[in-house]
Amino acid sequence: MENILEVKDLNVYYGVIHAIKDVSFHVGKGEIVTLIGANGAGKTTTLQTVTGLIPAKSGAVSYDGQDISKVPGYKLVSQGIAHVPEGRRVFADLSVYQNLMLGAFTRKDKSEIEETLKMVYERFPRLLERKEQRAGTLSGGEQQMLAMGRALMSKPKLILLDEPSMGLSPIYVNEIFDIIRKINSDGVTVLLVEQNANKALAIANRAYVLETGRIVLEGDAHKLMEDPQVKAAYLSE
Amino acid sequence: MSSFLSYLINGISLGSVYAIIALGYTMVYGIAKMLNFAHGDVIMVGGYTVFICTSMLGLPPVVGILAAVVICTVLGVLIERIAYKPLRGASSLSVLITAIGVSYFLQNAALLLFGADTKSFQSVISIPSITLMNGEVNVSGVTIATVVSCAVILIGLTTFINRTKTGQAMLAVSEDKGAATLMGINVNRTIAITFAIGSALAAIAGVLLCSAYPVLSSTTGAMPGIKAFTAAVFGGIGSIPGALIGGLVMGVIENLSKAYISSQLSDAIVFAVLIVVLLVKPTGLMGKQIQEKV
Repeated sequence: MENILEVKDLNVYYGVIHAIKDVSFHVGKGEIVTLIGANGAGKTTTLQTVTGLIPAKSGAVSYDGQDISKVPGYKLVSQGIAHVPEGRRVFADLSVYQNLMLGAFTRKDKSEIEETLKMVYERFPRLLERKEQRAGTLSGGEQQMLAMGRALMSKPKLILLDEPSMGLSPIYVNEIFDIIRKINSDGVTVLLVEQNANKALAIANRAYVLETGRIVLEGDAHKLMEDPQVKAAYLSE
Repeated sequence: MSSFLSYLINGISLGSVYAIIALGYTMVYGIAKMLNFAHGDVIMVGGYTVFICTSMLGLPPVVGILAAVVICTVLGVLIERIAYKPLRGASSLSVLITAIGVSYFLQNAALLLFGADTKSFQSVISIPSITLMNGEVNVSGVTIATVVSCAVILIGLTTFINRTKTGQAMLAVSEDKGAATLMGINVNRTIAITFAIGSALAAIAGVLLCSAYPVLSSTTGAMPGIKAFTAAVFGGIGSIPGALIGGLVMGVIENLSKAYISSQLSDAIVFAVLIVVLLVKPTGLMGKQIQEKV
């Protein structure tokens, strides 16, 4: 399978703290790949380094065969990478509609944008109901949907999701994971960072386990679910 | 009655200039989260540009005004690029001190270039004045031009922010730079555009101010700059309608206190009102509640 994203020997520092240590992973076209790990393992840092929000000390990030480690973050959107950040980060003072249109900031063709907007509203009917509402007044689950809808407005080939289930009620968690699967079956490759290892492994093709900035395990998601180490550390029910 | 009306009209005129300047402060603060204390001195540069073009080179006023807008816009972008951009992510105190430094630099550069003597500024606005109430109240052409400019600028700016992609990008950057980057917005470019717009407005304010109070020196922009900054805080810094309301209220209070209380005390009264407003409503009249981010 062709890789859409390849990360090799990535090292990231926060001052003197070595946050990411020789991390290598790849994401194949059409896959759902998940990075799981405890709080502070470096999952968010890894995603933020991929999209250029944090500079890497060393290592290579290539997307669609191109080295993107020196490309400024804002340019990656038009190349097809969308990043739904941790904590959703919707523009609270702007309306749902304005948020969605900002997601299409890099696109020019108005009728194509309109089409994507329709598709997003079909996927998230609640956003259509609340399109004139200020994003800050939405519930957590609705904000997560808005953040994902906003990312889809850029028509991405690869979507990075950072803890989409964080802080949501169980009903919303199931709904969000359902939607991730649907987005993927529409042909968008997914890189999913999660603390909810159960859910993430259930929908993913492959998985990587991060521990204190290092990848300690990798493989088929369903096999990892059976792995005694993973079970003990991450799947405690 | 008629004298009250003319004081009021003059106050609105002065307030409109404050509002135009305050828009520059408030936009830059909203988007770059910094106080650009050199903003007032850009007004002075605009004044000198018009003075050179019209009084020294004998060019038509329109050319002078256009030149002032162009030069101030370029100057604003350069100031941001050279002095503020390298400090992105630095503490706000460093940025503030740098801004004060830029302000003194501009004032002293003007002193060096044009000397310490005040120049008399030839008004470039040739609109005839009108009389109201059977000739009892006279409204000068400069006043008309000032109030009309302020209204046009405000409508134009609001439309620009609400209707264009760049305007929406400015709103996004003002709220969350990281999330804006993830939308594909070039944050640095958006900040540069904000400085360009703010400085162009300062140039227009310079033209209007020097036409109404026709003296020009290296510190011409300093006091109006501080007053407009006060107006921006008064109205709620970061808010565009707040800049308008703050500017108008400041201008009217200043003129009415000059007329009815004491011309020496007028500034003290203006600032006292500011203090009272901030005590009652710390975010200013139209300011948003400051939310603590978790």
